[in-house]
Amino acid sequence: MSSIDVPLKGGSFGTAKFGQTQRKDKWWIEPLLVFLGYALFIVYANYAIINYNCGGRPCYEVPGTGYLSPMFSPLLTRGAPTWWPSYAPFFGTMLILWAPLGFRFTCYYYRGAYYKAWWADPISCAVGEPRKSYWGERKWPLLIQNAHRYFLYFAIIFIFILTYDAWNGLWFDGPAGPRTQFGLGVGSLVLILNPILLGLYTFGCHSFRHLIGGRKDILSTSPVRKSCYDCVSGLNRKHMLWAWISMFYVGFVDLYIRLCAMGVWTDWRIL
Amino acid sequence: MSTATFQIWRGERGNGKFVDYTTEYETGMVVLDVVHKIQGSVANDMAVRWNCKAGKCGSCSAEINGKPRLMCMTRLNQLDLTQPVTIEPMKTFPHVKDLVTDVSWNYEVKKKIQKFTPRKPDAPDGTWRVQQADVDRPQEFRKCIECFLCQDVCHVLRDHRLHDEFIGPRFLIHTAQLEMNPLDTGNRLKALKDDYNIGYCNITKCCTKVCPEEIKITDNGIIPLKERVVDEFYDPLGGLFKMFR
Repeated sequence: MSSIDVPLKGGSFGTAKFGQTQRKDKWWIEPLLVFLGYALFIVYANYAIINYNCGGRPCYEVPGTGYLSPMFSPLLTRGAPTWWPSYAPFFGTMLILWAPLGFRFTCYYYRGAYYKAWWADPISCAVGEPRKSYWGERKWPLLIQNAHRYFLYFAIIFIFILTYDAWNGLWFDGPAGPRTQFGLGVGSLVLILNPILLGLYTFGCHSFRHLIGGRKDILSTSPVRKSCYDCVSGLNRKHMLWAWISMFYVGFVDLYIRLCAMGVWTDWRIL
Repeated sequence: MSTATFQIWRGERGNGKFVDYTTEYETGMVVLDVVHKIQGSVANDMAVRWNCKAGKCGSCSAEINGKPRLMCMTRLNQLDLTQPVTIEPMKTFPHVKDLVTDVSWNYEVKKKIQKFTPRKPDAPDGTWRVQQADVDRPQEFRKCIECFLCQDVCHVLRDHRLHDEFIGPRFLIHTAQLEMNPLDTGNRLKALKDDYNIGYCNITKCCTKVCPEEIKITDNGIIPLKERVVDEFYDPLGGLFKMFR
């Protein structure tokens, strides 16, 4: 493209200063809400990860039930391995959370949203930016965004793990021993809804849409692939909605289990 | 009849200022009607590009209250007329006069993109057979009227002035239209990565928001292209899988 010679550097009107715009609508509301939404989740997630001990009992499980917080699932370890240095804090979730967080960090919707709300690049459409230099996603570290499909593979595995957790949430302690009595509590329903919402988000992913059929120019010769592509495209149209709902719902499930574990909330049994 | 004030950018080659025009308006008028009314009454020398007045020619692109829009498709009842309404030329292109900019850079960019390269005809009479289901995707991009509002709002061009490195959303969907065409045999993926620099797009979806044809530029055009570039250059497992197929 370097052979195109047009006097565009600097532009006829110069470059707008940060926040400079002729827009008269409240353009700052959307990035502000996105900023606060992510900040709220990050603060809560850090609180939940660090404070996993509720008076000598784990906060991520409810005694007498099969409930397990999705932030700690799969429960690979309950404590630091023997070789872990005693002076360094150890959080078991470090072993697992990189996958769902990486999936969301590299998600096409989240990228567009946090580039605006957290990096102001741009803070909103047709509004001046704070920085003059710009690399986009062409160089490291943002080349990592191209690994989104790899995080997707892990995210799909997590859907199955959380579905298994929802099944475990239907089993309670009984006369025959721990987790031997089938039942249904409000927490069971809370846990069942979790992989459903995460599935609506994960299976509407742009990378999944590409892998399931978008990479092909001809879909008409593969009716099953075409149907899958159309289904994923339908979910993809609401990707933003499912991204937000599923993210906050994970936080809510952890909060529900935490408060039940602390005895603040009572888990009502339906069956 | 009611009156409203319109602040229109007047000047040449980037030098100018907003000039206030207070004028009467009627129900059903669009911004281009007002501009013509002002031009026909008190500002005969005001330059404005327009053609169809139906949202199909893409000529009357401007920034109305700071938002890139077609003047002919912006009804006055969509605007707060209790405040002055600003009308400016597009910021991303060289200014010519008043509301007119020089958009010829776009035509030069288009020349650089590998042309449609069809496979051999399917029938002896030189024709092809394609299914509608397979051309639905590229046909969405054919709706583009080349108003260049998406180019105007793209911050890579507007704020970072990377015109000599980045082709912008309009030509990314043009490339998508060619790449997704079931008849096309061309491969533009290396050019997308190295010459058109698709990596500059950070998916803020501003282009989609301003498109008067409501083309899902980002979700249906740019992101699928980014994924195809990943297939080719950033997916070692996928590459390995292809080798053994």
